[in-house]
Amino acid sequence: MSAIGLNDILLLSGLLFIIGIYGFLTRRNLITMLMSIELILNSVNLNFVAFNKYLHPNNLDGLFFTLFIITIAAAEAAVAIAIIINLYRQTKSVDVNDGNSMHY
Amino acid sequence: METKIIFYIVSLVILGAALFSVITSKVLHAAVFLLFSLLGIAGIYFMLDYEFIAAVQISVYVGGIVVLVIFSVFLTQEAGEHMQLPKIGRALATAGILGITGWYLIQTIAGFSFKHSAEIAIAPTMKTIGSQLLDTNKFGFIIPFEGVSFLLLAALIGCIVIALKPTKKI
Repeated sequence: MSAIGLNDILLLSGLLFIIGIYGFLTRRNLITMLMSIELILNSVNLNFVAFNKYLHPNNLDGLFFTLFIITIAAAEAAVAIAIIINLYRQTKSVDVNDGNSMHY
Repeated sequence: METKIIFYIVSLVILGAALFSVITSKVLHAAVFLLFSLLGIAGIYFMLDYEFIAAVQISVYVGGIVVLVIFSVFLTQEAGEHMQLPKIGRALATAGILGITGWYLIQTIAGFSFKHSAEIAIAPTMKTIGSQLLDTNKFGFIIPFEGVSFLLLAALIGCIVIALKPTKKI
């Protein structure tokens, strides 16, 4: 057993997912919360590629899922950063607790 | 054996950089640690022989998203400023719950044996990926491809409209 197995990659992506969730739940700064979301999406991508390689090597569906996830993550990050910059102009802060202007 | 040792070193780099990115108190340090974590994941893709995904990972995440994050850090706050760290009770409670979840996850994955497929593998070369991505037959991905292109156009226009400086006269 010298090559990398599926279980190794699943362990890596599971731990990465846990770290991302920890960051998302404890951070109160919008930019660092966005970074935690990127970590979570990366662990999901790793899972898709590993399952494609080891369990279904005769088609490439996992690879295409990964491609589309990367594209949509880029669009999501751009829109989120535009919203954060707009929020910063109004409240002079990027803390989640300060973004309450839609609160009645 | 060497492959496995390299894999463990790279995964140690990924997990360590991700952990520091999540617990550090400076935003710019968090962004740089995130960069190393994403580069390590591109290395894992290279080790799995998915070169195209690795190239996309480097060009989109490392070259695009991290640069965007660093620019937004410069626009919204002082680069050396310390963030407020989470309250110790909240951090401990989250870490405890996620630790239990992670322990259960490790036990489950380590004790499960997957049946590896014996089918003939398709090599994920650029030619196969390109022709299947633009294929209109049963296993083609032309409709999601067009949908994603439309989504990117909408995101482009939406970003400009949202981040535009509002004029005084309306």
